[in-house]
Amino acid sequence: MHVPDGFIDAPLSAATGVVAAAAVAVSLRGARRELDERTAPLAGLVAAFIFAVQMLNFPVAAGTSGHLLGGALAAILVGPYTGVLCVSVVLLMQGILFADGGLTALGVNITDMAVVTTVVAYAVFRGLVKVLPRRRSSITAASFVAAVLSVPAAALAFTLIYAVGGTTDVSLGKVATAMIGVHVLIGIGEAAITALTVGAVIAVRPDLVYGARGLQQKLKLRVDGELVDVPAAEPVPVAARSHRKVWITGLVTSLVLAGVVSFYASANPDGLEKVAADKGIDAKAEEHANADSPLADYGVKDVENARLSGGLAGVIGVGVTVVAGSAVFWSVRRRRTADTTPVSTGV
Amino acid sequence: MGAGHAHKLYRHGHSPVHALPPHTKLAAVFAFVVVVVSTPREAMWAFGLYAVLLGVVAYLARVPAPFLLKRLLIEVPFVAFAVLMPFVAEGERVEVLGMSLSVNGLWGAWNVLAKGTLGVAASVLLASTTELRSLLLGLQRLKLPPLLVQIASFMIRYGDVITDEMRRMRIARESRGFEASGVKHWGVLAKSAGALFIRSYERGERVHLAMVSRGYAGSMPVIDEVTASRAQWSYAFALPVAALVVCVLGWTL
Repeated sequence: MHVPDGFIDAPLSAATGVVAAAAVAVSLRGARRELDERTAPLAGLVAAFIFAVQMLNFPVAAGTSGHLLGGALAAILVGPYTGVLCVSVVLLMQGILFADGGLTALGVNITDMAVVTTVVAYAVFRGLVKVLPRRRSSITAASFVAAVLSVPAAALAFTLIYAVGGTTDVSLGKVATAMIGVHVLIGIGEAAITALTVGAVIAVRPDLVYGARGLQQKLKLRVDGELVDVPAAEPVPVAARSHRKVWITGLVTSLVLAGVVSFYASANPDGLEKVAADKGIDAKAEEHANADSPLADYGVKDVENARLSGGLAGVIGVGVTVVAGSAVFWSVRRRRTADTTPVSTGV
Repeated sequence: MGAGHAHKLYRHGHSPVHALPPHTKLAAVFAFVVVVVSTPREAMWAFGLYAVLLGVVAYLARVPAPFLLKRLLIEVPFVAFAVLMPFVAEGERVEVLGMSLSVNGLWGAWNVLAKGTLGVAASVLLASTTELRSLLLGLQRLKLPPLLVQIASFMIRYGDVITDEMRRMRIARESRGFEASGVKHWGVLAKSAGALFIRSYERGERVHLAMVSRGYAGSMPVIDEVTASRAQWSYAFALPVAALVVCVLGWTL
């Protein structure tokens, strides 16, 4: 998915460059929190790891093979900020040294492959870990789902960027179906390898998996003194259970809504746009309409793929939304548990 | 990275291009690519002139043509995509620029091919005339955050080590008769990746400890500050300025 020079027009390349720079700046600050002062050597070696893992070809159906993108893997193993940083550095070095991906398209590539994959994967992962029972196997399952969504999400982001600033005249619907179709397949392979890799690391050194760190801390409980007491653990599961039910119902309903209902929702723009095309409204205006509502557009161009692509877009959209929502929830709950712990130990 | 351990992408030489400070070269390549990308695609001759300009640079840097062409092969996947484009582009769109649709697809293919190839060629020239270490120094000089430069330098330094570890594991797998032929082998590959992650992470921890014990406190001291004189800047920017002239001509003519 490395975008070459000239594929995306100059203004959008600059805009995505700004987005990428902002994301990297935020990640630089966040990574210090994740890795404290070990940032440079650890993130550097993880970047080298991702670079090596991208050479790991796995066979997909019909004699072809894909390779890992590594965004989801990095986010789960070392945390989202460090993940963004590592993949960005890999992309930067690939651009400068190997000429893989254009220099002016660096912003597009980083936004698409480093930021979108990592953020989507980590959000989905966090949400699922909240919902699923606290076991190692659920970490593996959550990382599978996170990776399987992250790759088509990157394809979706690419299509979005293409819709706004693509320099070629291939129709948006075709780009969307081709990109998402191919990347759903790649995503499945990526997800399987990511989940198995996370499982393998958890089996040997669970303390290294960032995604499993939250779980362990909650089980162990940080107590101010050296006292490792269990009683304070009681309020946590209660709070978690009450949240969990809400989480499960919310996730299931939104997934169903997104997957099934969005198909019918996208029938409306279909009709509208068809009318517009029949009336012969000029191409320029149509393009802008597409740019404004790309999600609606996926179900439009090819009727056969409308159900699939529309539903998929919906599911990914829900993933993003759930993540955003869960982030708020999580932070609120985090603070509450942090408040209760010192009080209970004080007593 | 000790002396003599140059990266295989780098081509040792003593040409005037090699001698330029790295950050001037980085800035010049970036400016050149920006100019190329913003050239109208209808001005076909402009892209020919850009190619000639790059050829002159390659000649000055004494980078032989076969070397350059071999490195250009990285672009092949996009060539395949560009070849497909005229076929895919027809049908859906109503007339754009008053042309028939397949013609439009051809223009798009030409656009991506020409600009992409020039961009790749410029990057290849940069990588083959600039040492890795000075490239990183140049990035730092161009105000890339120091932490990012450090991460990149660790990635480069240990990239070969990690890749070699990966290769040894592959050889170990293959010498036991393993061949990844289907979905059922994904588990083995994933276990390799997991083992590789643990090894990389633990090596990172060891490196960090070694650095801390030598007085590392979160930032690397800069010992070799590279500066560029005005003459060197102007020499490096001869390429993008010439390209800019071509670009302006392309817009006006």
